[in-house]
Amino acid sequence: MGATAVRDAAAIKTEAQDLIDAYVQCLDDDRIEEWPGFFTDNAVYKIVARDNVERDLPIATMSCGSKGMMQDRVVAIRNATMFSPRYLRHLVSNLRLLGQEGDAYLLQANFAVFQTLLDEESKVFMVGKYRGRLVLTDDGPKFQELLAIYDSLQIPGLLVIPI
Amino acid sequence: MIGTERQQATGHDYAWPEEGISRIPYWVYTDSHVYELEQKRIFQGPTWNYVGLEAEIPNPGDFKCTFVGDCPVVITRSKSGTLNAFVNKCAHRGATVCRTRYGNATDFQCIYHQWRYDLAGQLLSVPFRRGVVDNGTRVGGMPDDFQPAEHNLQALKVEAVNGAVFASFDLAMPPFREYLGELMTHYFERVFDGRPLRMLGRVSQKIAGNWKLMVENIKDPYHASLLHVFLVSFGLFRADQKSKVEMDETGRHAVLVSRKGEQKASDATKDMANFRADYKLFDPSLLAGRKEFKDENTVVMQTIFPGLIVQQQTNTLAMRQILPKGPDAFDLVWDFFGYADDDDAMTQIRLKQANLMGPSGLVSVDDTEVLELCQKGFREHPDQSAVVELGGRDCRNENHMVTETAIRGLYKFYREIMQF
Repeated sequence: MGATAVRDAAAIKTEAQDLIDAYVQCLDDDRIEEWPGFFTDNAVYKIVARDNVERDLPIATMSCGSKGMMQDRVVAIRNATMFSPRYLRHLVSNLRLLGQEGDAYLLQANFAVFQTLLDEESKVFMVGKYRGRLVLTDDGPKFQELLAIYDSLQIPGLLVIPI
Repeated sequence: MIGTERQQATGHDYAWPEEGISRIPYWVYTDSHVYELEQKRIFQGPTWNYVGLEAEIPNPGDFKCTFVGDCPVVITRSKSGTLNAFVNKCAHRGATVCRTRYGNATDFQCIYHQWRYDLAGQLLSVPFRRGVVDNGTRVGGMPDDFQPAEHNLQALKVEAVNGAVFASFDLAMPPFREYLGELMTHYFERVFDGRPLRMLGRVSQKIAGNWKLMVENIKDPYHASLLHVFLVSFGLFRADQKSKVEMDETGRHAVLVSRKGEQKASDATKDMANFRADYKLFDPSLLAGRKEFKDENTVVMQTIFPGLIVQQQTNTLAMRQILPKGPDAFDLVWDFFGYADDDDAMTQIRLKQANLMGPSGLVSVDDTEVLELCQKGFREHPDQSAVVELGGRDCRNENHMVTETAIRGLYKFYREIMQF
């Protein structure tokens, strides 16, 4: 690999790190209206149990096959579902670029999400890994696909805010 | 009458409220001895319990771990294709024998002392059964009269019903269809009509409430018209639509049946604070279903005693398995499925509509929330009672959904089986 290619990979990795850092901060700060803006128009977003991935079963716990479905989730979170107030806090680590397919860069990172309900201590809510496809657009780097694959089949209570 | 066992163990003499089945005392949701009695009299008693889909274990040797009540069980397919179920607990020291959720095996071996069982849970071999030879003398081992056949894993009765698998601790249980009765069998076979099924996957959540709250929730069409913005606004399930609440003769099983209506205001929507006539989806494909059943009903939600919900909401089909985990918690396991002959477009419709259901369901999120709120309310006040008088104080089938009749039906039977 030439020096230019190495530098490019490092630059892409920086873009990916910035994108995912901004993405989780958006969720943690409860700026959910901005969440669909991290995706391309035809993007796919899914939260999937590892159990189903390993058994090659297609069900997702949450799935959006379009940016419109993501916007519908935002409206539902704000106006159409009933759940008690909560804070989420994401920790993301071990971001890796796994390769390139066409104009998409394949990435993976670990995540841990803590949940804090009012009057309760913070608890681990979900642990798993992201698998994503990042593309560089005129509007900056975006996810063309993002899967959040969680390790434990059991979700404590309800899962309403995207991971 | 309250069982004397309960009184002795708890020192409480809770009495069922005088009003009868139009009241539910909170102690049925909070008391740990009631919980233990439920395990014995209901889940390990004369009931059929859903344990999985045949499509999950299609091949000889396939197995799956699950629970009946809070008791861990394994279901397996034998070499000849028959189904078995047994308690997942070594007959020797009680250790968990099968330690993976799914798989294929020729036999099961406890790792502790390597007792080995066949696919039906029958004991095959015990290491050092005949001891060891020391200086020409055989020493140690099991007594000469040790009978392996007396130390099998505890077997359950199993019945597969058009692709759904049920198990019972009661080896004398009548056939499943007899347990359901004619009317409930009709609804069950509406979805399970004999076509091979395709498992789409499993999601699961732990809810901080008593298991019965989940059952009642699906016997309660009252809340659906009020709580769920999604159902109400898009006319998926609403009090002013053609609907029915029906039960079997015992009251333990029930169905809520309804037909999709329009997103328009009516006399009834005046009482629905959550009705939003102007609610529009950015991507309406979520609700673009396909007619697939012969009748005109678009929702049929069936509760099968004790802990199963058969869900048909438009094209999303699921078995919701309710697994109690103590008086104040249960696991809700959602087995989503379709039919093996679904075309790809149909599978995509089912997967998309699954967004309405599950731990993240645009509808079911609300239920998780209110069940946990109810349990919080019960905690400090076991002697108080819930009031379930909507639609009367008795239990009978109705051609509308402004009624809590099926909840009363549940408690009519519950009081019988629990001897309360």
